[in-house]
Amino acid sequence: MIDAPESNKSNHNYQALVIGVSAGGFNALCHLLPLLPDNFPLAIVVLQHRGENFDVNDDDFLVTYLQRLCIMPVHEAKQRESIEAGRIYIAPAKYHLLIEKERLFSLSLEPPINFSIPSIDVLFNSASRCYKNQLIGLILTGANSDGSLGLKAIHDNGGLTLVQSPDTAEVATMPQAAINAHKVDYVLSLNDIAIFLQELTLGEKVND
Amino acid sequence: MPITNAKKQQNKSDKRNSKEDLVDFEISLLLKAVLFCYDYDFRHYSRASLTRRIFNCLEKSQIDTIAEMIPKIIYDADFFELFLKEMSITVTEMFRDPLVFKTLRNQVVTQLKTYSRINIWHAGCATGEEAYSLAILLHEEGLLSRCQIYATDFNNHSLSIAEHGIYKAEKIAGYTRNYISAGGKASFADYYQAKHGNAKMKNELKQHITFAHHNLIKDQCFAQMHLIICRNVLIYFDRKLQDQVLSLFKQSLHHRGYLVLGDKESLEFSNQKDNFTSIAKNQRIYQKACYD
Repeated sequence: MIDAPESNKSNHNYQALVIGVSAGGFNALCHLLPLLPDNFPLAIVVLQHRGENFDVNDDDFLVTYLQRLCIMPVHEAKQRESIEAGRIYIAPAKYHLLIEKERLFSLSLEPPINFSIPSIDVLFNSASRCYKNQLIGLILTGANSDGSLGLKAIHDNGGLTLVQSPDTAEVATMPQAAINAHKVDYVLSLNDIAIFLQELTLGEKVND
Repeated sequence: MPITNAKKQQNKSDKRNSKEDLVDFEISLLLKAVLFCYDYDFRHYSRASLTRRIFNCLEKSQIDTIAEMIPKIIYDADFFELFLKEMSITVTEMFRDPLVFKTLRNQVVTQLKTYSRINIWHAGCATGEEAYSLAILLHEEGLLSRCQIYATDFNNHSLSIAEHGIYKAEKIAGYTRNYISAGGKASFADYYQAKHGNAKMKNELKQHITFAHHNLIKDQCFAQMHLIICRNVLIYFDRKLQDQVLSLFKQSLHHRGYLVLGDKESLEFSNQKDNFTSIAKNQRIYQKACYD
């Protein structure tokens, strides 16, 4: 059983869910995303690390593959595109993805952060400045510590923080690093994350 | 007194919001100071990435708040130079996105060959790697002697590195791979001299490149170009500034001149869309439309 979300965080009218994932991410995303309800009322932004030689065309592969599994529309996050509820956006390879105050995407070619471009910290930090307490941050499987500081920033700005339980993750390093960095709100398995998100957002409707 | 208390109470409950709002306010003051004192206008840059760079600059200069930067910007020109260096993003490489260079070679060079003099503008050249790449490509196509490449940037520090044309030897392996993928016809080693762990680009390439200071936001067009390359510069601008710069490019291009943008940049949402036709969609190569 999962506890109901704390009362002080349950009435926040969450607008977006940002997911940071690295090694083992393909399986984790293919497991988790199809479990979310078709009419999920939040925008979902997924940042999956890629290897150095990840080909640009593989962006299409990740988008196409996930779209086959999900009813929610899946597409690559585009420069200056407005972020809408009920959609899954995938961060493109080789650029940092940021969220602007106007709730639209921007890209940047700054040097890698935590050896990563795109970096989860960069996305989460900018998202937390924009969405403040209307944001949910989630860290899944991975082999480095990118995302820990970003998830803490989400927490510090009043958002909700979730981490895949390290013992259920394909690679435990990244979730464990996130747990070590601040007192995470919930540490759950992929199935429980899906149930939790469904209960949390129950009754909320997609509104643009 | 009760009013003050109530206010305090309110401030306390709003603290989370007001901290971010205060940062935004400080940044807007800072950008006004930069504009007033130095005529650099960053107000229409994408704010999220600019905010990151301002915080990086704070950290490097060991200053606590953005507000404290403002008097330093106003009264210390050396500090402003440091600030300016931090504000520009200089990540680049030789033959970056090799397919773009290959497409230029296969689809644009033929047209360029019909001109007796060829003007090329590489806007936002940073430390010059792509300008040298272009010179190599043109040399291999037998065009370099007829070409004048203007490579411009607002970051003087980057321009000075570009002018020297000296790059770290450890990067050469990656550049060589890119050169081959870009359809290189000779050996990349023909174009540099290795010395003391560095690679110095050959003078024959430099002779046809003019590195110069130019600020896309306030400076005007300075010659009629046959080809303009400006990659991964517009991604940092808001739509208004993008349109303004694209309009400058349109003015600066000959009829049927070419424009090359970065692989996540496009004319799709720009008010300049109808003034260009797409030559290679994925490589973001456009040609100025001709209405004559």
